[in-house]
Amino acid sequence: MSAPNSDYDPVEVSALQPEQVDAAVGRALAAIAAARSLDELKAARLDHAGDRSPLALANREIGALPPAAKAEAGKRVGQARGRVKQALEARQVELEAERDARVLVEERVDVTLPTDRRARGARHPLQSLQERIADLFVGMGWEVAEGPEVEAEWFNFDALNFGPDHPARQMQDTFFLDPPGSGLVLRTHTSPVQARSLLDRGVPLYVVCPGKVFRTDELDATHTPVFHQVEGLAVDEGLTMAHLKGTLDHFAAAMFGPGTTTRLRPSFFPFTEPSAEMDLRCFACVGRTGDVDPACRTCGGTGWIEWGGCGMVNPNVLRACGVDPDRYSGFAFGMGIERTLMFRNGVADMRDMVEGDIRFSTQFAMEG
Amino acid sequence: MRVPLPWLGEYVDLLEGATAEQVAADLVRVGLEEEGLLGSDVTGPLVVGRVLAFDDEPQKNGKTIRWCQVDVGRRADGAVDPQGIVCGARNFAVDDLVVVALPGSVLPGGFAISARKTYGHVSDGMICSAKELGLGDDHTGIIVLSEWGLEAATGADAKELLGLGGQDAAGVELNITPDRGYCFSVRGIAREYAHATRRPVAEVFHDPAAIPTPEATDDGYPVVLADEAPINGVAGCERFVARIVRGVDGKAQSPFWMRRRLQQAGMRSISLVVDVTNYVMLGLGQPLHAYDLGTLDGAITVRRARPGERLVTLDGVERKLDPEDLLITDGANGDRAIGMAGVMGGGETEVSDATTDVLIEAAWFDPVTVARTARRHKLPSEASRRFERGVDPQLQAAAAELAVRLLVEHGGGTAGPEVTDVGDVPEPQTIAMPRDLPSRLVGVEYSDDRVEEILHEIGCDVTVSDDRLLVTPPSWRPDLGVGADLVEEVARIDGYDRIPSVLPVAPPGAGLTHGQRARRRVSDVLADNGLVEVLSYPFVSPGRFDELQLPADDPRRHAVRLANPLSDEQPLMRTAVLETLVDVARRNLGRGFADLALFEVGLVTLPEPDAPAAPILGVDARPEDDELKRLLEAVPPQPVHVAGLFAGRRVPAGWWGSGRAADHTDAIDAAKQVAEALGVSLTVTADDQAPWHPGRCARLALPDGTTVGHAGELHPAVLTALELPPRAVAFEVDLDLLIAASGSPVRAEPVVTYPVAKEDVALVVDADVPAADVEQALRDGAGELLEAIRLFDVYTGEQIGEGRKSLAFALRMRAPDRTLTAADANAVRDAAVAEAARRTGAELRA
Repeated sequence: MSAPNSDYDPVEVSALQPEQVDAAVGRALAAIAAARSLDELKAARLDHAGDRSPLALANREIGALPPAAKAEAGKRVGQARGRVKQALEARQVELEAERDARVLVEERVDVTLPTDRRARGARHPLQSLQERIADLFVGMGWEVAEGPEVEAEWFNFDALNFGPDHPARQMQDTFFLDPPGSGLVLRTHTSPVQARSLLDRGVPLYVVCPGKVFRTDELDATHTPVFHQVEGLAVDEGLTMAHLKGTLDHFAAAMFGPGTTTRLRPSFFPFTEPSAEMDLRCFACVGRTGDVDPACRTCGGTGWIEWGGCGMVNPNVLRACGVDPDRYSGFAFGMGIERTLMFRNGVADMRDMVEGDIRFSTQFAMEG
Repeated sequence: MRVPLPWLGEYVDLLEGATAEQVAADLVRVGLEEEGLLGSDVTGPLVVGRVLAFDDEPQKNGKTIRWCQVDVGRRADGAVDPQGIVCGARNFAVDDLVVVALPGSVLPGGFAISARKTYGHVSDGMICSAKELGLGDDHTGIIVLSEWGLEAATGADAKELLGLGGQDAAGVELNITPDRGYCFSVRGIAREYAHATRRPVAEVFHDPAAIPTPEATDDGYPVVLADEAPINGVAGCERFVARIVRGVDGKAQSPFWMRRRLQQAGMRSISLVVDVTNYVMLGLGQPLHAYDLGTLDGAITVRRARPGERLVTLDGVERKLDPEDLLITDGANGDRAIGMAGVMGGGETEVSDATTDVLIEAAWFDPVTVARTARRHKLPSEASRRFERGVDPQLQAAAAELAVRLLVEHGGGTAGPEVTDVGDVPEPQTIAMPRDLPSRLVGVEYSDDRVEEILHEIGCDVTVSDDRLLVTPPSWRPDLGVGADLVEEVARIDGYDRIPSVLPVAPPGAGLTHGQRARRRVSDVLADNGLVEVLSYPFVSPGRFDELQLPADDPRRHAVRLANPLSDEQPLMRTAVLETLVDVARRNLGRGFADLALFEVGLVTLPEPDAPAAPILGVDARPEDDELKRLLEAVPPQPVHVAGLFAGRRVPAGWWGSGRAADHTDAIDAAKQVAEALGVSLTVTADDQAPWHPGRCARLALPDGTTVGHAGELHPAVLTALELPPRAVAFEVDLDLLIAASGSPVRAEPVVTYPVAKEDVALVVDADVPAADVEQALRDGAGELLEAIRLFDVYTGEQIGEGRKSLAFALRMRAPDRTLTAADANAVRDAAVAEAARRTGAELRA
């Protein structure tokens, strides 16, 4: 950048004197240190490292020196410019960091302001619970079967060994379809899916069927005319009541925790023989205190609460579905989804589950 | 079934110190479930008192109270210390023994008795009525012990005297499953209690029916069994025992112990004769009927009803009889009906105060016959409930004998020597059961001895034949018909608690089906998008279709009807989910939630016009394929629908602004999201379909043109009729159709990494040209190089003229094999615009 030295009489200019160079460096370093902002640093850079800065001007003079002096002066000025450049870079980094920190402070917002610009949705816990149950059984190799809610009487009753005059048929509180003799009902349990699955899929068979069922009960805190069950059916060679108990114990532990105590109690269903009810140790009194509370409203003071019916598939059912009862045996169960939700999540009033109040669904999030 | 403990203890030895709780806990092990516990709520000093004197004192309120001096026993010093007691009743006299609740006693309902000032006296207790002590409904006067046939010293503990104390009052109420008819008796439950406490029946059970009974005599009251139309080959009456007691005091009262047991069992005391029949029924399980012998007209004939025949039953109601009803008749040719067998007697032959001679009927009636008659006439009775479940056919003679003995003992009658016992009771069928069946079905190793022992205990005859047991069930167990029934007996008597817990290993399954996964995905997508899932009852009223403005011929009005709906106003099953979802919306609005986004996934029922009735097939073997096909076809189609409804704001108001009201785009987009979640892209066209706003209704169709649903703003008139807020929007989609159109594996397109070329075009069209048509034309015109197109602005205004609109589209183009040049991009754009111009008259905006 320096112009050629036109003077043949090489005289070392004063700007290249070591004292002058040192002084220029000192002024530069002082100015750089004094820069309080990136703008001030920019000005200092211009003054002390720019084209018109003393060191730049001094550098230009080097060319005019006699060759013997060139090297030494060049080294001196180069080192000086290097020190200034280094100081500039260091201060630049410092000031940029300061600026970045300040910007972050200035950009602070109130993160506690509401963020819910999108309305929140939710699944209904009865639905997600049915999915959870299906997943449990699918994980064991079972499949999920389905059936209609308006069902043929034959599937709902006859195929399940409810004879036309059996008292149990009258005890089901059935919704019948018009006209009389239509042969159709609203299914009173998910058990018709047993017959449908056996006819449709044959044996061996391991299926669950969660779904909606209907009884002519008025809605109150513990009854609803429309509720949900999960039906389970396993038909294979060599299945026993011990397998039924094992399956329900596994199911209960998945629903209510590993410490859940169960019992099988003899009962009656036309489509199972032997039949049983699966009871759970009362969560309210025994679960909390270890003792049965005679006044407990959850278990009625018995220490046990009914979870659902079960048993070994009645040979008449197998026969009606074309399965040889001498070769195959099976077990079936039907547990109440609402009851499961009540015990599992402490829902006290059935009406909360059926009214569709959005507060009920919303509180469950992923639970259920 | 309510069982008083003292009564139970008469038929079976109770365990020492047995309480109602313990008895219930024992019985549940064998399958008798506790419904409740019975006991007395009376505590404290309840004593026998003698009325020494009283004054009747008329009061200002018109009542007359009786100020009584009552001797309630001697004090420690021997002095009689009469209590002054105010009594409202006047059905007693001086010297009568009464029941006095002294201060400190507590009566049922937590009614604490204390000395209190009333009607100007300090009343030191209360003279009690039956109702106040929980001994019945009688509150017409106080208890006068002599009228109850009771005697005791003054000051004696009246709780003990009246069976109100401790174990005397204890009892259990049990739920009897329909297979255990014999447990509708104290006798049956006593047997089960022996099993439940693991003690031999022979040692601890004292059969009340094990009493000597007289042989039938030739001069027995004539009874003819003449069933000419047995149901299922079973005669309506297979045994009829008749006994006569003469000279009974029709006004005689039942002994207190009998009345107390009936009352504890939940029955009212009527008269000695009626009480005795009820007592024997509850004790033994055999329903009895008592006729006033003087009103009977000749031989009794048991036959089916004749066409048009009528009978006035005990309750005074005239019943029109069905030829299937089994009747008890008398008179010439059995012309007069005097009872519906096993269900209810007739009024003309009923016993009354004036009755002196009684004929007791103890019969075995066919369960099916009784069940049908009771059902047909809506007359469930204590008797029919037992006959329906099967009464022990060996019990009739003993039951009649017991009734005769009680009438003789307490009614002063004389047993007639004539004894009728007609009919043939079929022998119980013998069951051949493989010996290993219990172990095989239950999963517990029962020894042969144990199986035999248990079957003996429950009353079976057992013989061994090779690898089989030949088992003849006892007469009271008609429910035991096949091997599995016996297996249950073995398992339950041995104890269900002995069954181990073994998890079976199923063969590998195929996981959820596409449809099952799809339905979950749909619900999850909607919930993730801010909709709350709810459930609604599927019952609708016909008026709902009017509220939804469905045209008269709309197929959605064709709904299945319930024969016995819970509410007569809602007898139909929904044909669309929206029909019932609106109720849930309304409930939430009523509870203060103005901004709503709801959805429901559920079945709808779409009956075929003139669908045939569903046949009732046989159950002895698998139905034939064509039978099954007919059955399945008779069940109405029930596709799964998803419906959603938005009201109020879709974006809530907040510090960011006033939010955004839900509009038709929210409904349409929710439906599209549902479809896109399944990989199906829906075509939207304008439609006019109830219940939507005719100008704001979108038809949603599959690529092949099949309509799968509708979405948009609801019709203002619908919103008014349903009291929903203005501008509410909704969608309904047939998920089954959507799922059927989805599910084939996606063919993946390669991801091209050549640069994108972008072009924007603004096209002016007539205002009524659907944007979707313009977009489709651009898409088709642009050809394969078009990667994506998006409408980003709609403008109307003076610049483009009245009745016109400008649609601005952004086109993204990309080639799979090269970088597009500016000329390529222009060519694509020009081709797209040209096609839009051709189809929709679009002009490039100047």
